[in-house]
Amino acid sequence: MTNQFLFIGLPYAALFVVLIGTIFRYLNFGFKVSSLSSQFLESKELFYGSRPFHWGLLFLFFGHLIAFLFPRSVMLWNSVPIRLIILEVSALAFGITACYGLFVLILRRVRNPRLIKVANKMDIVVYLVLTVQIATGLWVAVSFRWGSSWFASSLTPYIRSIFTFTPDISAISSMPLAVKIHVVSAFTLIGIIPSTRFMHFLVYPFAYLWRSYQLVIWNWDPKKIRTSRKLFNGVRSRNN
Amino acid sequence: MNIRSQISMVFHLDKCIGCHTCSIACKNIWTDRKGAEYMWWNNVETKPGTGYPGKWEDQDIYKGGWEKKGDSIQLKGAGKFKGLKNMFHNPNMPVLEDYYEPWAYQYEHLFEAEEGDDQPVARPVSLITGENITPKSGPNWDDDLSGSTDYARNDVNFKDLSPAEQEAMFQLERMTMHYLPRICNHCLNPACVAACPSGAIYKRGEDGVVLINQKKCRAWRMCVTACPYKKSYYNWNTGKSEKCLLCYPRLENGQIPACMHSCVGRIRYLGVLLYDADKIKEFASCEESELVEKQKSIYLDPNDSEVIKAAKENGIADSTIEAAQKSPVYKFIIEWGLALPLHPEFRTLPNLFYVPPLLPTMAFVENGTYETTSDSLWGAIENSRLPMKYLANLFSAGNEKTIEVVLKKLMAVRLHRRDETVGDLPEKEISDPMGEVKMDKETANEIFRLTSLPLFDERFVIPAAHREEAMEMLESTADVKGNHGFGFKEPPKRGL
Ligand code: HEM
Ligand code: SF4
Ligand code: SF4
Repeated sequence: MTNQFLFIGLPYAALFVVLIGTIFRYLNFGFKVSSLSSQFLESKELFYGSRPFHWGLLFLFFGHLIAFLFPRSVMLWNSVPIRLIILEVSALAFGITACYGLFVLILRRVRNPRLIKVANKMDIVVYLVLTVQIATGLWVAVSFRWGSSWFASSLTPYIRSIFTFTPDISAISSMPLAVKIHVVSAFTLIGIIPSTRFMHFLVYPFAYLWRSYQLVIWNWDPKKIRTSRKLFNGVRSRNN
Repeated sequence: MNIRSQISMVFHLDKCIGCHTCSIACKNIWTDRKGAEYMWWNNVETKPGTGYPGKWEDQDIYKGGWEKKGDSIQLKGAGKFKGLKNMFHNPNMPVLEDYYEPWAYQYEHLFEAEEGDDQPVARPVSLITGENITPKSGPNWDDDLSGSTDYARNDVNFKDLSPAEQEAMFQLERMTMHYLPRICNHCLNPACVAACPSGAIYKRGEDGVVLINQKKCRAWRMCVTACPYKKSYYNWNTGKSEKCLLCYPRLENGQIPACMHSCVGRIRYLGVLLYDADKIKEFASCEESELVEKQKSIYLDPNDSEVIKAAKENGIADSTIEAAQKSPVYKFIIEWGLALPLHPEFRTLPNLFYVPPLLPTMAFVENGTYETTSDSLWGAIENSRLPMKYLANLFSAGNEKTIEVVLKKLMAVRLHRRDETVGDLPEKEISDPMGEVKMDKETANEIFRLTSLPLFDERFVIPAAHREEAMEMLESTADVKGNHGFGFKEPPKRGL
């Protein structure tokens, strides 16, 4: 019963909340979507926290994504022991990097009165969830040395089953506790995205890569109005 | 030709009295809010000095503006690659200490203190943490050369002045200073716009005002780095960047920006310039020595029939063209060639121009005594109290010739007026300087009038923004008929 709640109920609740919640927040409270950078108030320690944390996390995220999307390739890669070791060690290294970064970030936050002023309740939740997430990740990596193969062979089918609406929790139910916590906190993390600063990675500015550097916007472009053949001439403002 | 119109400005530095009224007018309207206390969209600096934020002109520190690379230009400290790479921590971003920690005095305490043996005092408290602090710097801490060993001596524009030249500037008898009021330049080639990963910053097509869309800003803070003038500020409370908006709600109503309206010295002029947008990239990428001339040539003659025709084709309103023809800034910048951009070498093509200060030597030290009598009325321009090189570093990317011509013109006007009002100078002492800069008497009188006796409507020529349409500029009014207004309706609260 607990398993069903944690591995079926929670994931669906989280996915539902994140889908509806992020769209709702983006559309209705666009102003409040921000990375809420605190670099202006403290920059030095942020360097030693934010960089390792984000880069570590970014690689781990893509690692998980690859194992989820191409489980067979991962298994194939891992069939040679030395390659398995390379993968495991580098995953562990990124995990430690992220963990170190998070540690610096939390320490920075609690020690600086300026940063306490700009912290809110949800930031505490964010730090907690991330700590649990990364700690259990490291725990799995250290105590179960075939984590990457495991993920590909057992967890990927489970996550797939969630997405295909045929939830099958037999594999996950028999996993060690560390893995279970890791999965539960992962879905918690996803579920709280709309109500925390996690929103910031959903608005990653990909469009910057292909847009031209300069941006000129006419509120009411007379040229377009003049040449418009539409009944309602004019272009609705994109500024608001 | 792709003609656009731009609201541009001229500040006449000889007239600025450094009263900071402009800064206060702006603060009262726009930045008296939590998170914005430290911002001075309009600030007034004393030069020589390090300015606000400290040493903002030193792009080795702040990496602002554009730099030339081959035939083209690139952002110095931001851009697609550098910006996205540095998002997690921006190594070139100025922090609070580079500006100052804002504070307020606890005046209530004077009234509410318990009765005691000591007089109650109003202690300064930080507007960020609320704790007691001892203010150690402020936005105009270097006012009137105060603390000049910390500030004036470290002026970034001394970089290629010899130690002897620098020393000369600090001799008591020669010591001089001038004020430099600064706002956002609403550049033609804005680095802030180019650096914003979210695409939140944009230039308005109608009037060239550069704005930050508060809903789209995500606090990636690249604009703060990229603006070489440090005129984009990060609001630590809302998690959004903000900047001078040239009081656009006032402009649209035919009013002038608050800093200009309140200016006590009446140093400020504002008007329309027409320019050719197709030339921006080319001119911003030219050789450093050509920057000023090239930028000037991007602005087009509003009386030229070709230009008028092309402007109309581009949808520029007749009222805007008319305003451009009466523009006081066009006179100062193009017709008379008296105003120069601040630090053109940043290559943003700024639209705020300065008439440089004329600081002639009135006296000199001879045999240990302070000699105030000289055979000419004013000393030669070359012997100005500020070395030409210094002014050139400020206003013409180091090109001394450019600044010299401007100062000579300003001097010619004065000599001519001296002749008209007092008439005590020998003919040759007036005709020579006038001839050297090819100035006739009518022009000199016109310059004099617009400098010293202009009416309000001559200083500020704003085209109608067509307010009746301006509503529609912002939103489809029919959609919100019977609703609670339009525009930005969310309370500007910090997000989670
Ligand atoms: C992929 C793109 C991402 C970008 C561009 C990005 C960018 C940023 C930025 C600019 C900040 C503000 C740092 C500052 O104070 O100046 C930040 C903070 C933060 N980010 Fe990210 N982030 C990304 C992904 C993530 C992910 C995947 C997570 C976690 C799951 C995350 C968690 C955090 C947290 C917890 C903070 C707060 C740090 C603190 O102030 O203590 N970010 N991020
Ligand atoms: S001066 Fe204004 S328009 Fe120019 S780069 Fe700076 S913020 Fe942008
Ligand atoms: S109000 Fe005018 S005179 Fe006074 S400091 Fe500002 S620009 Fe100078």
